[in-house]
Amino acid sequence: MSARLGVAGLAVERGGLAVLEGVSFGVPAGRALILRGPNGVGKTTLLRVLAGLQKPLAGRVEAAPDDIAYASHADGIKATLSVAENLQFWAGIHGTGVPDGVYDLFDLADLRGREAGTLSSGQKRRLGLARLAVIDRPIWLLDEPTISLDRQSVTRFAEFLTQHHLARGGIAVIATHIDLGIEAETLDLTAFRARRAGADGSDGAFL
Amino acid sequence: MIRDLKLAVRAGGGFGLALAFFLIVVVLVPFGVGPEREVLARIAPGILWVAALLAALLSLDRMFALDHEDGSLTLLATGPLPLEAVALGKALVHWATTGLPLVVIAPLLGILLSLPGPAVLPLLVSLAVGTPALSMIGAFGAALTVGLKRGGLLMSLLVLPLYVPTLVFGAEVVRRGGEGLGVAVPLAMLGGITLGAFAVLPFATAAALRVNLR
Repeated sequence: MSARLGVAGLAVERGGLAVLEGVSFGVPAGRALILRGPNGVGKTTLLRVLAGLQKPLAGRVEAAPDDIAYASHADGIKATLSVAENLQFWAGIHGTGVPDGVYDLFDLADLRGREAGTLSSGQKRRLGLARLAVIDRPIWLLDEPTISLDRQSVTRFAEFLTQHHLARGGIAVIATHIDLGIEAETLDLTAFRARRAGADGSDGAFL
Repeated sequence: MIRDLKLAVRAGGGFGLALAFFLIVVVLVPFGVGPEREVLARIAPGILWVAALLAALLSLDRMFALDHEDGSLTLLATGPLPLEAVALGKALVHWATTGLPLVVIAPLLGILLSLPGPAVLPLLVSLAVGTPALSMIGAFGAALTVGLKRGGLLMSLLVLPLYVPTLVFGAEVVRRGGEGLGVAVPLAMLGGITLGAFAVLPFATAAALRVNLR
């Protein structure tokens, strides 16, 4: 796996308002970048732009779209399929197989045949993260990956991230509020907050 | 790939709902209209087609809405499968779970409406040719309204006018068949609509999905 992710002069919008501008960074293979910033600063929006789900206002993203795996708040789990069927579905879509070790890595071995709808939210999250291991793409964009995970699972996930992904030359961009305990650069998005230039103009027009 | 989609949609439920709806409508009509055979025979083609159309409409809003809610749709959009293929797969799955059972059961229900004997084969053929178009057009409507709360009503308003040509030619095939006239022309029109829908609408559906995912 060798890939790189670069971003130059990126400006992104949410709901018609610019939220971030002038975002530039590069992540070399084998490294992780952690995005920080208060709620609403634009972490999710930035990840969506990187994933190609929405267009940037300005600037560009340098990464092959086929390299990117995006994990949103929602896990994309079908409640009526079993844990194994859910993973097989994504493996089928991506033309890969489900590696044997995945269930153990995410502590899902006992839950394999359970309907995903009956899982707890932490177990669902683990299943959602296991999808990343199944689809085997070098750039991971993770939006709050540790939500509803207990401390032990967070450690497990951080271990998995460093040993199975970053060590193989993978890249991860992670929006999170907690300390994952992994070695990574940190980017505080507060510095890139867009100045609301448009707001002044419209205020003048209305008053 | 399509098999996987089929799995997901089938497990999503809703299978059988359209069929039950179709059954109920067709069974209720003789009660409402009265048991005169001539009247029933005259309106049977129209009733069967209208019921098939409404049955198809019933399950449309689930087509993308479920995937949108649980986040699968965004994950599919970032996956290697083009959204055009996803749209086509969804439409085919919708047809297999609603259109196909209707095609199979319609001749039986035709008897209930005292549909004339010679019209049974045209009914079967016209539904088989026409209902795929209902699913494909419906997929487009569902994609347009996927992000909306209570999008089902808006979708029905968008989709129903687009269903009119299919309905007109479909019912016409059955009527002409029942009267012993040639069915080639309306059947060709019906087939043309279906082929046209499958040629154009996967792309339109994918474009609508991309806009709504933004």
